[in-house]
Amino acid sequence: MPLETLEFEEPIAVLLKEIEALTLLPRTDGRDREIDALGRRLESVRAEIYRSLTPWQRVQVARHPNRPGLEDFIARLFTGFVEIHGDRRFADDHTIMTGFAEYKGEPVLVVGHVKGKDTKEKIFRNFGYARPEGYRKALRAMRLAEKFHRPVIVFVDTPAAFPGIESEERGVAEAIAVNLREMMLLDTSVIVIVSGEGGSGGALGIAVGDRVLMQEFAIYSVIPPEGCASILWRDQAKKVEAAAALKLTAPDLLKAAIIDEIIPEPIGGAHTDPAAAARLVDDVLVRVLAEVSSLDSETRLGRRYDMFRSMGRIGIDFVDEGSPGSSS
Amino acid sequence: MAWFKKARTPIAPPAKAQASRVPEGLWVKCPGCSQIIYNKDLATNLNVCPKCAHHNRIGAAERLRLLFDDGAWIEHDKDLVSTDPLQFVDTKPYKARLRATMESTGVKDAVITASGTIDGIETEIAAMEYSFIGGSMGVVVGEKIARAIERAIAKRSPVVIVCCSGGARMMEGALSLMQMAKVCGALARLDRERLPYISVLTDPTTGGVTASFAMLGDLNIAEPKALIGFAGPRVIEQTIRQTLPDGFQRSEFLLEKGMIDFIVDRREMKAAIANALRFMGGSRAAPAPAAAPPT
Repeated sequence: MPLETLEFEEPIAVLLKEIEALTLLPRTDGRDREIDALGRRLESVRAEIYRSLTPWQRVQVARHPNRPGLEDFIARLFTGFVEIHGDRRFADDHTIMTGFAEYKGEPVLVVGHVKGKDTKEKIFRNFGYARPEGYRKALRAMRLAEKFHRPVIVFVDTPAAFPGIESEERGVAEAIAVNLREMMLLDTSVIVIVSGEGGSGGALGIAVGDRVLMQEFAIYSVIPPEGCASILWRDQAKKVEAAAALKLTAPDLLKAAIIDEIIPEPIGGAHTDPAAAARLVDDVLVRVLAEVSSLDSETRLGRRYDMFRSMGRIGIDFVDEGSPGSSS
Repeated sequence: MAWFKKARTPIAPPAKAQASRVPEGLWVKCPGCSQIIYNKDLATNLNVCPKCAHHNRIGAAERLRLLFDDGAWIEHDKDLVSTDPLQFVDTKPYKARLRATMESTGVKDAVITASGTIDGIETEIAAMEYSFIGGSMGVVVGEKIARAIERAIAKRSPVVIVCCSGGARMMEGALSLMQMAKVCGALARLDRERLPYISVLTDPTTGGVTASFAMLGDLNIAEPKALIGFAGPRVIEQTIRQTLPDGFQRSEFLLEKGMIDFIVDRREMKAAIANALRFMGGSRAAPAPAAAPPT
């Protein structure tokens, strides 16, 4: 039984344990039938639970330690990945990873956050909190892709940009801001996939592109629910309410026209079947990349601008538009 | 009536500014030097302490008044309001919060955008209003600033944004976050058009505003001792479990770290901006250049 069982996955874990126990006993026809029956029950329980996840439960799934991350996707979807390091200014950030590889036989640039799986790796990856060097490395790599007309595929999975002294000293805000400006006019196809946690500016700093896709149980938020709860409710325990209020789930973001498309996940979430999750990403990515790459650069850049330019229109009342106001 | 009044969050609201600037207390204690100052002296000194030059926070309208020639401007998109797209409710509904804030501040969201001249140079200014939900950026702030930048591109005039904000507005969720990309996108076009953009950083400028347009000025100019940073000091302290050094994330610290171009006293700000705009090609509005062809 996996150690990382989320509390609402308890019924699934119980069934898994039962099946495991039965498979350890000698095989008989009756026992096989029992295992099959339990297997079917497992599927239906899983489907039942995942059909009606609350926003806070989705946050937990998005942060699941076994959730496939950038390295899984590189291994399953790309060939011949060569990592490139460093921002040529200060250091190599270990959270944001960049490199070139082939996707369906075509050269592409891959960029994304890595959180790390075990403790040692998590420390090396700074738990997914990128420093300014990471954002600058990402931009340098994307400029390289632009120069040689290679598409950029971005995977977003970070709690936030690193909130530390050195981060401030070396201008993490400036690094993110420059990326936002430059990615808007980056003259090559850019496909963004929010695959885990889309943590505010730390996520957006590499997430401006022609299409923004989001995995079914990923989240994308202006602030983590815990932070929001402690500021607005003055109580971290209100994170469940905050997660609901922030409208940070994929269906919510699709409705708000912040993302273009939701990439389905296997029943039970990407962490239950990383191979199937990668295939589902593949199906959408190959189609979307072909669509975007077929556009001439003027059209592509125009649409990219318009897409971000129109974000938020749904939240504005245009009272008395454009009339010059009073002068004082 | 109190003899003394603490000036933690002093003065401000626009529109009725002249009237409301009259304080309850005749005297205020300066948060910088703790000296007692006659309130009128403070007001005539642009809310800068005459004794220690401590810069008290001022509102957006007051900011425009001290930057535009003759204190005159044309305001744009004054009536854009948020519809509360998420139907956000925390300890009270966001709608109620908006309504109350509109009443207390006299503005409809946390920025005023306007056209006017600075030392004769036609300029678009966006000035943020901190008293409106911490100057936070939601969809209306993003839209108004993006429009101001696009207006500047159309008129080929410079842009000045006076930042004063706690960051992106939580109550509009990811839509607020996207305003960062939206405004930076507009700035990208302004940049390619070779039009000047000056970012004026005032106390405080943090979060999503710092990580977008505040840091992208052709020149980033700060007022003295303003708090400027990405993560808030409390968040950083929680992360590193140490107290932060004195002066961390203040203008002088950022200057030392190479993030801002220079620091200017509020009383010199207009002259500094006008001077910079002249360097960047701004010229006094002349009679319209003969753009229209004959016939």
